[in-house]
Amino acid sequence: MLLNYIPVLLLIGVAIFFACFAVAASALLGPRQANQTKGAPYECGMPTLGPTHQAVPIKYYIIAMLFLVFDLEVVFLYPWAVVFRELKVAGFVEMMIFIFILLVGFIYVWKKGALNWE
Amino acid sequence: MPADIPSLYFLIVSALVFAIGAIGVLVRRNAIIIFMCIEMMLSAVNLTLITAAHYLNSLDGVLMVFFVMTVAAAEAAVGLAIFVLLFRNRKTIKADEINLLKG
Amino acid sequence: MNLVTTQVTVMDLIVIAPALVLTGCALVILLLSAFVPTGRRGFLGYCAVAGVVAAMASLLWGNDGAQSGFNGMVQRDPFALFFTVIIGIITLLTILASLGYARREGIDFGEYYVLILFASVGMMLMAAGGNFLIIFLGLEVMSIAIYVLAGIMRDDARSVEAAFKYFLLGAFASAFFLYGIALIYASTGTFDLTGINRVFTEQSSIRILPIVITGLALLIVGFGFKIALVPFHMWTPDVYEGAPTTITAFMATGVKAAAFAAFVRVFWHALPQLQPYWVEIMWVLAVATMTVGNIIALVQTNIKRMLAYSSIAHAGYILVAFVAGNQLGAASILFYLLAYCFMNIGAFTVVILLGKKGEERTLISDYAGVGSRHPLLAAAMAIFMFSLAGVPPTAGFMAKLYVFSTAIQAGYYWLAVIGVLNSAVAAYYYLRVLIYVYFREQEGESPITQFAPAAVLVVVISAWGVLHLGVLPSAFFAMAQRSIQFLR
Repeated sequence: MLLNYIPVLLLIGVAIFFACFAVAASALLGPRQANQTKGAPYECGMPTLGPTHQAVPIKYYIIAMLFLVFDLEVVFLYPWAVVFRELKVAGFVEMMIFIFILLVGFIYVWKKGALNWE
Repeated sequence: MPADIPSLYFLIVSALVFAIGAIGVLVRRNAIIIFMCIEMMLSAVNLTLITAAHYLNSLDGVLMVFFVMTVAAAEAAVGLAIFVLLFRNRKTIKADEINLLKG
Repeated sequence: MNLVTTQVTVMDLIVIAPALVLTGCALVILLLSAFVPTGRRGFLGYCAVAGVVAAMASLLWGNDGAQSGFNGMVQRDPFALFFTVIIGIITLLTILASLGYARREGIDFGEYYVLILFASVGMMLMAAGGNFLIIFLGLEVMSIAIYVLAGIMRDDARSVEAAFKYFLLGAFASAFFLYGIALIYASTGTFDLTGINRVFTEQSSIRILPIVITGLALLIVGFGFKIALVPFHMWTPDVYEGAPTTITAFMATGVKAAAFAAFVRVFWHALPQLQPYWVEIMWVLAVATMTVGNIIALVQTNIKRMLAYSSIAHAGYILVAFVAGNQLGAASILFYLLAYCFMNIGAFTVVILLGKKGEERTLISDYAGVGSRHPLLAAAMAIFMFSLAGVPPTAGFMAKLYVFSTAIQAGYYWLAVIGVLNSAVAAYYYLRVLIYVYFREQEGESPITQFAPAAVLVVVISAWGVLHLGVLPSAFFAMAQRSIQFLR
């Protein structure tokens, strides 16, 4: 019965080959010329002013993470809004529960001071 | 999805993207890049789900994609927090330099 | 897809009652931990205990038969109930063991308990999921909470490193698991486990499609990571060593029980027709998991690492029953997990009790002289070690007996022989701990240890559980047998 796994093996083989091939081909075939422009942080665009390796305040990361999580909830709100009428009261109540759980998270984040910029 | 491209092509593309992501996880050393590869694997799965939902004419696959996206976002938030914490502790996020624990 | 009914019935609420209660309790604790001033948050742990007890009490709502809610999304069959109770016991014991430990290590904020409760919700959904969607969500709710818990000692580089490793490998495994689900969906057109079973029964041609086999293989990889089967076990020792000890106990028992529940349900309920395709792979995995786990455990000097490898080996024993694949096999998996949860939590709690702040004392040589200093604790440790080694009259012995006799009944003689040989090897490293405990004199001054009463209670409950399951196993085994009747 192990013979049945041969397609899997083939798939793995092809996938590994393709990935190695892509990496090797770009390393072998791609022309490489190092010059001033190429080494610049943005090859095509505005020349940068001042040092580019600046530490970003940790606040940005926290806000970004919170944004990521809360923003994704819209994914569920949108389809809900589309079929809102068919779902009747039950759908409304369920969505309110969902929003309430998010609200608890929001209050927690707020109270912990993660949203304070100063 | 364009009608003249067979579904099989989408499945093959997603299998290749998944494999590239998996190999990336195994060969890269920077934690952020490893995590990006994992996200790429999840995106490949999403492509498979959408393709399957399209040719099966069923909505279940699309629904699953919503949940996968949400889970990926939650994972990203937790993962970035762990990376920041690790960097504060160790001043590196290179996977092969993280070696306090070994037997 | 036909539009599902939009009404939520009382049955739906009954089906998810324990998860609902735990979620509500976790939200309340989360808000309390934000509003109650620091220094007066000691009661939050007791709130979590009350929440778990309430969740278990909510199981009494509704009757015993197999029911399902949300159009089959969540099941409330005896199998789910059995695992809900196991997970409830594990959560309760973990929180009780945490009450003193968390204060000692300075991690007794509300979020710690909230995350344990959320992980517990994920485990329950995983065990009760009748649909790949719910199983996947349960897996992720559990995993994400545990990634954070593993790294909750923020200033301890080892704890953060454990979280880092667990996170990367866990997310990697989730991707495999998910791809397996997607491929099964692509070939059967449904996420519903019963529906998948129906497709395989009605269309026998679909079985041999390579896409199904690939999906099956990817599911095995995904579950293999969560259960820590060799060769997907690399993360286990590092993560178990670095994580806070309470969380290690929680991971070693809870994650494993929930993952095995989903594993059994998916492979035996949804994909039984594919059994010829996975049984040989499982055979190899079982032998590799038992052998590698036991042999590496022989040379460990850190008790947390040793227990990590021992937990890998135990997953191998459980897999033996999985391979055997009959009714008795499923029942012995359930019995094994119940026995395993008591003996493992007990052993880890003894490790917790013997540690001090900032000094975990987890080397096996640190256990020298414990027998004369703390005779009762040493006796409890002896019970847990004997049980892990499989010495009668303990739960571990009965569990192993059921597993191996199942394998022999199903005709897997070699598997049973390898299993028994492995248990003999394993006895060496468990008894080595006891040699240190009883026959080695400790060097240096005797550390004064203040035992947290709640953790002592955990040790007592676990020791009682181990002995009770060892002496009077038949009632529990009959319960396990009743719980798996839906499978065939």
